[in-house]
Order: sequence, then structure tokens, then C-alpha cells
Amino acid sequence: MKTLQTKIYNNKNTLLFAFEQSIPVLLGYLFLGMAFGLMIQKAGYHVLWAFFMSLFIYAGSMQFLLVALLTAGVDVLTCGIMTLLINGRHLFYGLSFVNIFKHMGKYYPYMVFSLTDETYSILCALKAPEGVNEKKAMFLIAIFDHSYWIMGSVLGALTGQFIPFNSNGIEFSMTALFLVIFMNQWKEMKSHKAALCGLACGILSLYLFGADKFILPALFATVCLMVVYYIQNQKRGK
Amino acid sequence: MNIAFEYSIGVVMMVAVVTLFTRALPFLLFGGKKDAPKWVQFIGRTLPPAIIAILVLYCFKDMSITEVKNWLPQILASIAVVLLHLWKKNTLLSVGGGTFIYMVLIQVVFI
Repeated sequence: MKTLQTKIYNNKNTLLFAFEQSIPVLLGYLFLGMAFGLMIQKAGYHVLWAFFMSLFIYAGSMQFLLVALLTAGVDVLTCGIMTLLINGRHLFYGLSFVNIFKHMGKYYPYMVFSLTDETYSILCALKAPEGVNEKKAMFLIAIFDHSYWIMGSVLGALTGQFIPFNSNGIEFSMTALFLVIFMNQWKEMKSHKAALCGLACGILSLYLFGADKFILPALFATVCLMVVYYIQNQKRGK
Repeated sequence: MNIAFEYSIGVVMMVAVVTLFTRALPFLLFGGKKDAPKWVQFIGRTLPPAIIAILVLYCFKDMSITEVKNWLPQILASIAVVLLHLWKKNTLLSVGGGTFIYMVLIQVVFI
């Protein structure tokens, strides 16, 4: 039986571990959030709007587009269709977690809601060490990431103009994070078929559909190829 | 506030609901009491490296070769990230170092 003391020890370990895992996202979300906050404030919205948008929408690239949609007065239905196109990539993220999140009890709905690109990448690569409650760590990482985004947005809307240094280029931290996670997964996986399949579909789709529309066809093609691969393997097994 | 309040509320709610829908759909389809079908589980397991690869491409999608400053800083900083990560295998160092180098490159070197 676990004593109360080991339980407290585990909680502290879990909190520290989750925070450590979320630090790479901190930089990016804080400053991208600030950029968003500044934009929405310049468009004439109160800081409370920035807060609630980041609380309820919580989707980076979409929120930047949102500012443009609002200032241009685009109708509500068109905004919905744009959202579907921009955030459609999320449809594919959940597939990796359908069997995991549903065993997370009260955390389940929030985990689904907060599955951004960055949180997805961190959670995919997560390896909880001894003495860390993995499910709780996943939840805490999701909460930390979300709170960085909200904090950034609010700070940006309040004080964006007064960032004491030139933060141009800080958005590269997201690129760097994806690169690092890509390398980690590359090293871990015995087969590189999946990574290469994604890369090939991505490059082909970039070429065919252009920078603004490439991500959905790329993901769709990747999934199709994986289904074909799976069926082929099943046939061979029989 | 110069944009209509009701309109803004409508747009924000629409964007929030559709975003949540895109995140929730796989769970609505396969997240019930029964385990997801075997092929879904297979895809779920195999997708992450492919998705991360596509996200990396996504970050580079706006690079253009028309001007040196529109591609070289990204390439140099990415090489720095890869080298730092091969060397120390410390995520924070690789991300922090690479970002710092990128910021110096676009703010000081390639203006």
C-alpha cells in the first residue's frame, strides 16, 4: 500500500516533470500569444476578448486568421468553413489517442479539447520516468501549454507594445521543437517508413497544392497509404 | 469597439465550436466503450512520426528562394538545432539555442 508520503512525492515529481516537458512550448506560446493579443487589441477588442478567445478557441494559426476575418467582416458561416479547412488537421491527431484519453476519467474531455499541434507532439514523445503519474503528467502538460497561450494573449493585449526587446524570430522555437521531436522519434523507431511516408506526401502535396493548402491533402494521403499498407499486411498474414 | 458585438460573439463561437469539433471527431467515432477497430489502432500508432514530419514541413512552407534572407536563416538555424541535438540531446538547449541563433540571424545578420 502506498503511504501518503510517497503519494505526495509522486505528485511533486509529476508536476515538475510535466513543467519541464512543457518549457519548450512556453517560449513559443507566450510570444505567439502576445503577438495575437497585440493584433486583436489593435483591431479594437478589449483584453477580455483576447482572454476568452484563447480560453475557448485555443488554436494558434486560426486565431491569427480570426483577427483578419473579424476586421474584414466575413460572415459567420464562411468563418466556420475556414476553421474547418485550417483546423481539419486535428481530425488526424485524435487517432493516436483514442485508446489513451478515454481511460483518463475526468481529464478526458479537456484532453480532447486541448490537443494542439504542440501538445500533440509533446504527448506523442512522452516517456514518464519512475515515480511519475503518466496520465496526470499528460493532463498537466496540456494545462500548462494552454495557460502559456492564455497568458501570452492577455499580456499582448495589455502591454504588447512594450516588449522590452526585439522578439522577431522567436516563433522559430516551434520549428525547432518539431525538429527535435522528429529527431527523437526517428531514433526511437526501428522502421522509418511512417516518417518518410509523411515527408513524401507532404512534399508532393506542397508541390501540387501550394503552401496554404498542403497540410490536409498530405495528411489524408498519408492515412490512405497507411490503410493500404495495413490491408496488404493483413492479407499476407492469412 | 468598432466591430459589432453580436457579430464578434457569433464568429468567436463558430470558430470555437468548429475547432472543438475537429478535435473531438475521432473520439466521437472511435472513443466509445469498445476498443477502436484494429486498423484505427494501427494508424494511430504509426501516424505520429508522419504527422511530425508534416508539421516540420509546415514550418518551412513559407520559405522562398527569391531572397537569401527568406530561406538561409531558417536553414542555418535548423542545422544548428540538429547539430545541438545530436551533440547534447537536450531538448531545451536545442530549441533555445536554435531560436537564439535564428533571432540573431534575422535581426542582425540578414536584415
